Amino acid sequence: MKKTVRHLLLALLATSSAAQAAGPTAQALAFTCAGCHGTDGSSVGPSSPTIAGMDPDVFTDAMLDYKNEKRSSTIMKRIALGYTDEQIREMGFFFYRQQPRTKPQKTDPELVALGKSLHDSYCEKCHEEGGRPGDAGTLAGQWMPYLEHAMSDYLNDQRRWPRKMERKVKEAVKAEGERAVPALIQYYGSQN
Amino acid sequence: MNRINRRDFLRLAGGSTLAAGVFGFPGLLLANTRKVVVVGGGVGGCTAAKYLRKLDPTLDVTLVEAKSHYTSCFMSNEVLSGDRSIESITFSYADLRDKYGVNVIIDSAVGIDPVAREVRTADGTRLAYDACVVSPGVDFKWEAIDGYDAQVAETIPHAWFAGPQTVTLRNQLLAMPDGGKVVIVAPPNPFKCPPGPYERASQIAMYCKHHKPKSKILILDPKAKFSKAGLFKQGWAQHYGFETDNAMIEWVGKEQGGTVSALDPSSGTVKAEAGDFHGDVVNIIPPQKAGKIAHIADLVDGDWCPVDKRTFESERHPGIYVLGDASSAAKMPKSAYAANSQAKVAVAAILARFAGQEPGEPTYVNTCYSIIAEEHGISVAAVYRLSEDGKVITSIEGSGGLSPMDASAEHRKREVTYAHSWFQNVIDDMMQ
Ligand SMILES: Cc1cc2nc3c(=O)[nH]c(=O)nc-3n(C[C@H](O)[C@H](O)[C@H](O)COP(=O)(O)OP(=O)(O)OC[C@H]3O[C@@H](n4cnc5c(N)ncnc54)[C@H](O)[C@@H]3O)c2cc1C
Ligand code: HEC
Ligand code: HEC
Repeated sequence: MKKTVRHLLLALLATSSAAQAAGPTAQALAFTCAGCHGTDGSSVGPSSPTIAGMDPDVFTDAMLDYKNEKRSSTIMKRIALGYTDEQIREMGFFFYRQQPRTKPQKTDPELVALGKSLHDSYCEKCHEEGGRPGDAGTLAGQWMPYLEHAMSDYLNDQRRWPRKMERKVKEAVKAEGERAVPALIQYYGSQN
Repeated sequence: MNRINRRDFLRLAGGSTLAAGVFGFPGLLLANTRKVVVVGGGVGGCTAAKYLRKLDPTLDVTLVEAKSHYTSCFMSNEVLSGDRSIESITFSYADLRDKYGVNVIIDSAVGIDPVAREVRTADGTRLAYDACVVSPGVDFKWEAIDGYDAQVAETIPHAWFAGPQTVTLRNQLLAMPDGGKVVIVAPPNPFKCPPGPYERASQIAMYCKHHKPKSKILILDPKAKFSKAGLFKQGWAQHYGFETDNAMIEWVGKEQGGTVSALDPSSGTVKAEAGDFHGDVVNIIPPQKAGKIAHIADLVDGDWCPVDKRTFESERHPGIYVLGDASSAAKMPKSAYAANSQAKVAVAAILARFAGQEPGEPTYVNTCYSIIAEEHGISVAAVYRLSEDGKVITSIEGSGGLSPMDASAEHRKREVTYAHSWFQNVIDDMMQ
């Protein structure tokens, strides 16, 4: 089964099966996140990330990493600890089904162009279609301050690197120096 | 990364019959359109109105709100520092009307008849309901402080409802000479926004530090401790010399005689147990109770409205759901995030009952950010469930809590930008 089709089916069933299970529905759980992540997970910014459309496996990994302190956070550890692993999986399917609504962000065309070329050379292989939601998370249209936090956490060893990503990021930095990371972020921020 | 497992397959096999329920159109099955009247277009009321229509567009939802625009209390302390304008925290109800199809009536509700199931407004309109949501916020106990009343508050503002008084207080700070004294009188528990008075002191200090560095801010408090106290005091020490000879902020708690009983409005002097204190600018935040309509409609037991915490239905009158600051929702605090979260619990319960079902298991979240200095934010968070006996909204063990003490500068700085995100998203989620 193709992954996206599988996810869609699971997502559909998650909503219905949660209703019969004890405990709050996936929808009820997910609705509580809106005060920070926006209605149905589309954040209106300026920095908390949009989680609508997020790949359910990446979502679950993120939440479990917050819970287990494998990923640094200002607040998500305290939130993630409030949910069982099963509830997290259910929420993942809920958010996967939501269409992300992005908003324009102010970017510098020159940096965006540089970012695009860096992305194509070093990132596109995993972050397909310019970083649209997929099995390496969501970069396209994401709020830029959040991406800055994410990149700085990777580079300062506050977050574990996805396999093989470290080498590619460092190659990009080697190629373009200090401008590389800001340019990549500007490129992602320019898409909506 | 193939993670499909046996359980998922069982679901694929067994779930199909249930899918019909998900995609059913409950509204079409009903002979008459169900009517919901929402009283109070603040956080609780707007969120309820939006989510009722979002989840069931066949409902007839009417929002009754006294003011033409909503000025949010949250982020209003930032108006005092000059960090933002009053316009930036003022919002129209147009989206609720145009995007979500809510009937918005700008008028005051003056009565609720729980037997006839009708809300009455000041201009005499009668609005019939199948379910009524009441989220009127707080009212003041004016009798608590001698010499302070609604009239005096025009010149010695409480600014605990954001709006003209917020601007008055800001202008008084602008007019104050360098070396002036600001006196803030904090209220006793329970009150709206437990960290609010201390964030206010911080925001005023932020302004004074840059523009009037010899000024002092004195907080007189009838409580022995306050929300996020450790984090506030650490931040004040870092930025405003707290507990040094040169402290810009001083806190006088219950044990030090911080309880205030009277005000002399002509001299701007407050009478506390510890003595009389004169302020060049005085800000009194009076003790609080549920909004007036809750008292008129017999929804209170004492100062606040008792509710079934699974649904937020009034324990005094069925069919009326009381949310937000006005409800007694222990142990959730009176905050915007709490009101937003409670509204979704009430909406789920109302929809379940309209569909002839038992309300499901509730889930609730609260978070509250405070901004101590330009790059210094702190927060408290909680994820809650209903206790086994259904009486208490209880924090899930191990979750929630405060920002860490001694966090890095980067952590504190990020919390400021996430506080701004929280603000924008909560406004968006309630009314945009
Ligand atoms: C200075 C300050 C800072 C704050 N900061 C934060 C923060 O950072 N985070 C946070 O989570 N919370 C914060 N809060 C708390 C937050 O503002 C409240 O908890 C929240 O607004 C409660 O929502 P509510 O729906 O109960 O009431 P409100 O939002 O107060 O809404 C009540 C509405 O009902 C209307 N109304 C009342 N009676 C009637 C009637 N009879 N007829 C028609 N309309 C009526 C009022 O006009 C009002 O619009 C702060 C509060 C203050 C004062
Ligand atoms: C108080 C605000 C707040 C609340 C409530 C909140 N979040 Fe978050 N979330 C954040 C912030 C801020 C971040 C960035 C990490 C950090 O600093 O904590 C984040 C990051 C995330 C991420 C990582 C996104 C990515 O692209 O990797 C996920 C997933 C997430 N949150 C899910 C949730 C879910 C699910 C809920 C509700 C159960 C929730 N959040 C509630 C503020 C919040
Ligand atoms: C070998 C595959 C791979 C490559 C190449 C790669 N990444 Fe990633 N990246 C991932 C995966 C997988 C994740 C998912 C997040 C996780 O598991 O922490 C991720 C996550 C991220 C995130 C965090 C997103 C979030 O929501 O928090 C950022 C930012 C990012 N990548 C940027 C880049 C950039 C920029 C490049 C190119 C310079 C790049 N990545 C190259 C695999 C890769």
